[in-house]
Amino acid sequence: MNNPVRPIACEIIDVKKESQSEWTFKVKSDIKPSHGQFLQLSIPKFGEAPISVSAYGDGWMDFTIRAVGKVTDEIFNKQPGDTLFLRGPYGHGWPVEEQFKGKHIVMITGGTGLAPVRSMLNKFYNEDGYVKSVTLISGFKNEAGIIFKPELELWKNKFTTHYTLDRDKIDGWNVGFVTELVKEVPFESFEGDYEVIIVGPPAMMKFTAMEAMKCGVPVEKIWVSFERKMSCAVGKCGHCRIDEVYVCLDGPVFNYTVAKDLID
Amino acid sequence: MGYKVNFAKVNEIFDALSKEYDIYAPKLFPNEGRYSETDIVRYDRVTKVEDIVFDKKSDYPAKEVLSPITETIFYFTEDEWRESKATSKKIMIFMRPCDVNAMEHQNKIYLQNGFEDFFYKRMYEKVKVVLMECKEGWDTCFCVSMNSNKTDNYSLAVRKEDNDLLVEVKDDAFKPYFEGVEANDFTPEFIEKNEVELEVPEIKNKTILNKLKQHPMWQEYNSRCISCGACTIACSTCTCFTTTDITYNENANVGERRRTSASCQVEGFSLMAGGHEFRTTTADRMRYKVLHKFHDYKVRFKDSHMCVGCGRCTSRCPEFISITATVKKMAKAIEEIENEVNANE
Repeated sequence: MNNPVRPIACEIIDVKKESQSEWTFKVKSDIKPSHGQFLQLSIPKFGEAPISVSAYGDGWMDFTIRAVGKVTDEIFNKQPGDTLFLRGPYGHGWPVEEQFKGKHIVMITGGTGLAPVRSMLNKFYNEDGYVKSVTLISGFKNEAGIIFKPELELWKNKFTTHYTLDRDKIDGWNVGFVTELVKEVPFESFEGDYEVIIVGPPAMMKFTAMEAMKCGVPVEKIWVSFERKMSCAVGKCGHCRIDEVYVCLDGPVFNYTVAKDLID
Repeated sequence: MGYKVNFAKVNEIFDALSKEYDIYAPKLFPNEGRYSETDIVRYDRVTKVEDIVFDKKSDYPAKEVLSPITETIFYFTEDEWRESKATSKKIMIFMRPCDVNAMEHQNKIYLQNGFEDFFYKRMYEKVKVVLMECKEGWDTCFCVSMNSNKTDNYSLAVRKEDNDLLVEVKDDAFKPYFEGVEANDFTPEFIEKNEVELEVPEIKNKTILNKLKQHPMWQEYNSRCISCGACTIACSTCTCFTTTDITYNENANVGERRRTSASCQVEGFSLMAGGHEFRTTTADRMRYKVLHKFHDYKVRFKDSHMCVGCGRCTSRCPEFISITATVKKMAKAIEEIENEVNANE
């Protein structure tokens, strides 16, 4: 009998320090996720945690992890050659083919919210013409919190980028929250042919979506990704439920027409 | 086919059944109650009919047999994992109609919602239901209002009459056990009216739902509810759990992954690594539970609310919070909100 919560052992093949507290673990695996999906990562004796896939390719997946809990702290003790246990992928990822292809894309991220959209951004970067344009607004708390630095630099070549730190000033970067940069986006020039993707902490997503709607963005053009506590990720444990929605099964990606009404 | 079976014969049948079945029923645990010199009635294995409590409602629901409060799901040694072993015998459970109907709700979550749960399914497939006739109920029961007072989902049905059991055998597989026993035309009767009645209000749309979440009615629970989770543990239909890994003291390379009943009423249920928590007050958590039971679940699964009216949550609450009184308050709040919305249109 198939057991969906049985984890499988995978070898860690690389560990990259994106920032002091956010590291990317590259894991050998034949699992084929789609952009925006997540897996349950587990270390026996410590437990499981849902982590989104930050990149993937033939035979590997990346997980960009912040050491903030029992499981993730333990993952930080792992090195290449060590084992990480996985199960998944779970949830509905970004509707890349169905909704984003061929349109202007506005991507707004806060902190580690950049991780669940990284693989999609790289797809847009590498496949010329897949989308009409990408406007990327990425904010971080401070310089030490910046992740994917090489890619942030690379993306400047093809995307319109606005990078910002909450308070600190560094060269070429804005100071302030991402919400303040939403009005810089020339939504009208997209002639309705665009989608807006917002990922970050709950308050950041709420206020950014409000700001976008103030700029005339219709609610159905906004997409978000939720993060909730989960024990099972398969619709049983109940921790991630909001109203009739299970984030693990129905999300983590939601259109804002649904997400705006989901009050925990 | 029905029979009248004296207790001595029932125990002989239990003996014969025990080769194939573990028999579970509500059982008395003297002096194990919450207060000094009080008892608890909860589900456990029984070997003789005298162990079964017929004259009280069990304090805890039958669901504990299929989804125990704590269950080891995996054992691990270094990098190797194996699933915990299933019970080898089949399972026979004595249940009242509320508990039988509650099993349908458990099935929805464990077998239908997205994936099939391996650990629940392997138990559920082994279950045979013995319906305990329930004609009157108790002061906190409202099964009739929740449409859970009746069921035909059973293999056997029983009524206790002095030192006899009247038995209806619906599942022919059990007929051989009753060979030579006095025939009787018993079929179970059901409660037609409870002392408590409840009309669950309809929440017409998300606007009203979200206004209801903000309604001051919930504030009362900030001072009344102590977030102990007794209601959800006693609930016939609650299924939430948390998984935890443990290691053995003697050897930290060996351990278990366990699944333990969790309560949305207890602080930390929505707490994520990193410290963000979504429902930080008892009012928030009470609202979350009540709306799940009497709205959200039905929106997802369509046919019924996630409550069978067993009243155990009310009986077990140390703060005397009544679920029916709470839903009635909610009905008033919805009426208020609807009037306000209509006035503004």
